[in-house]
Amino acid sequence: MGKVVVVTSGKGGVGKTTSTAALGSALAQAGKRVALVDFDVGLRNLDLVMGAERRVVFDLVNVIQGMAKLSQALIRDKRLPNLYLLPASQTRDKDALTEDGVSRVIGALKEKFDYVFCDSPAGIERGAQLAMRFADDAVVVTNPEVSSVRDSDRIIGLLDARTLKAEHGERVNKHVLVTRFDPARAARGEMLSIDDVLEILSTPLLGIVPESQGVLRASNLGSPVTISEPSNPAARAYSEAARRLEGEDLPVALPVDRRGLFDRLLGRRAA
Amino acid sequence: MNALAPVEKKSIRFRARSFVAFALVAKVPLDEWLDELDCWIANSPGFFSGRPVVLDLNLLDPAQADIAGIVAELAKRSIRVYAIEAAGIESLPSELPPLLAGAKSTTIEEQQAIERPREPPVPDTLIIDAAIRSGQSVFHPNGDVVVLGSVGSGSEIIAGGSIHVYGALRGRAFAGAAGNGAARIFCKRNEAELLAVDGWYRTAEDMDPSSRGRAVQAFLEDGVIRVLALN
Repeated sequence: MGKVVVVTSGKGGVGKTTSTAALGSALAQAGKRVALVDFDVGLRNLDLVMGAERRVVFDLVNVIQGMAKLSQALIRDKRLPNLYLLPASQTRDKDALTEDGVSRVIGALKEKFDYVFCDSPAGIERGAQLAMRFADDAVVVTNPEVSSVRDSDRIIGLLDARTLKAEHGERVNKHVLVTRFDPARAARGEMLSIDDVLEILSTPLLGIVPESQGVLRASNLGSPVTISEPSNPAARAYSEAARRLEGEDLPVALPVDRRGLFDRLLGRRAA
Repeated sequence: MNALAPVEKKSIRFRARSFVAFALVAKVPLDEWLDELDCWIANSPGFFSGRPVVLDLNLLDPAQADIAGIVAELAKRSIRVYAIEAAGIESLPSELPPLLAGAKSTTIEEQQAIERPREPPVPDTLIIDAAIRSGQSVFHPNGDVVVLGSVGSGSEIIAGGSIHVYGALRGRAFAGAAGNGAARIFCKRNEAELLAVDGWYRTAEDMDPSSRGRAVQAFLEDGVIRVLALN
């Protein structure tokens, strides 16, 4: 039986979809069978980030409503043969998702895959709650700033209350993934420090992904950063986070401000 | 098969309660007394309707009194007798209202006090082992709330008694919410958005900056919330 991992945050624009794509492909690169499910019905993005937007025929809502078989809707990645995508519908809204339907789809995917990643929509409403409903693990994506951290705190509260595991007295394994971390700004006190974030959320850290142009480039190319630029610091951070998700005990290194160091050597000031 | 269905064992709750009833004292001669009563009813129609009335026969000779007759006369006047109080009578026939013993006289101060006797709430303490996350609301109207974790920004605790937080308090805390001005708020690290005692409050902006990030207690003093460091 595979593991169901929800990637969630509460706040929008913090990097849920990017992180789903990067973590999923990193695990697929390591040989795991991985399915990525886009729960953002009505605002689908994961297909674009995965570069599969021109191959979408059927979607999650079609499968839930019985209009298509799961095998028809799953899109196989062109680069990694053991990576699949189940896209969201762009023409429906989140009311098209039913708990029974989601339960059936997740159940079927768990049989076939080692990891089922559920890319949650932003917010705390129906779509987000259904995305987390059947999760075994949760990756809470957080930017080091107060509004994002507060929303993550709210989501962690929901993970402890509204998931099937929580209702059966079990616990969803929760991990915090800090994204868009800018070492220079953190050093100047313009961002929350990692310690502040972890103190507020009191949840174990899965990784710190530095702010990087490579991530943006990768999204626009339709290729996860772990595939397109594996040596990029952000890609390395995602690969290490994926290994921690596998249970490996890997220390988390704080990203360093390399440009800042370079600038200091040249006697320049960072703008 | 003649097996009996298993009897579900349920405990029955017996609760002692006291009620206030009017005692109607019958006097001899009975005809005059009934005339007086008619006069009274004519002056205050509906006075007895729906009210519990106890018939006090202590002034009558129990041996001679026609109790059933008196009850019937009162019933004609729409007065329902709930019970009968009479010193010399041991028992009454089952068609008559039951005998009452041990009644005390009382004065009624307020009509509302009769309708809803106020039972004082039983105080108890709510202990929360985990952190309280943003958006969560803890409502505990009777007693103290103790939180061992942190209280997140955007969450709130409402307690009838005091609030104790053994982590950082970043949300809102309302102590003494049921009208207890002696309640206090204690926390290991004050990052609170709002502290309130008995409806009086202080927002983060109104707090002395020196109290931020420290172990503090908040209490009410002359209608003002005071936030003082604990050490």
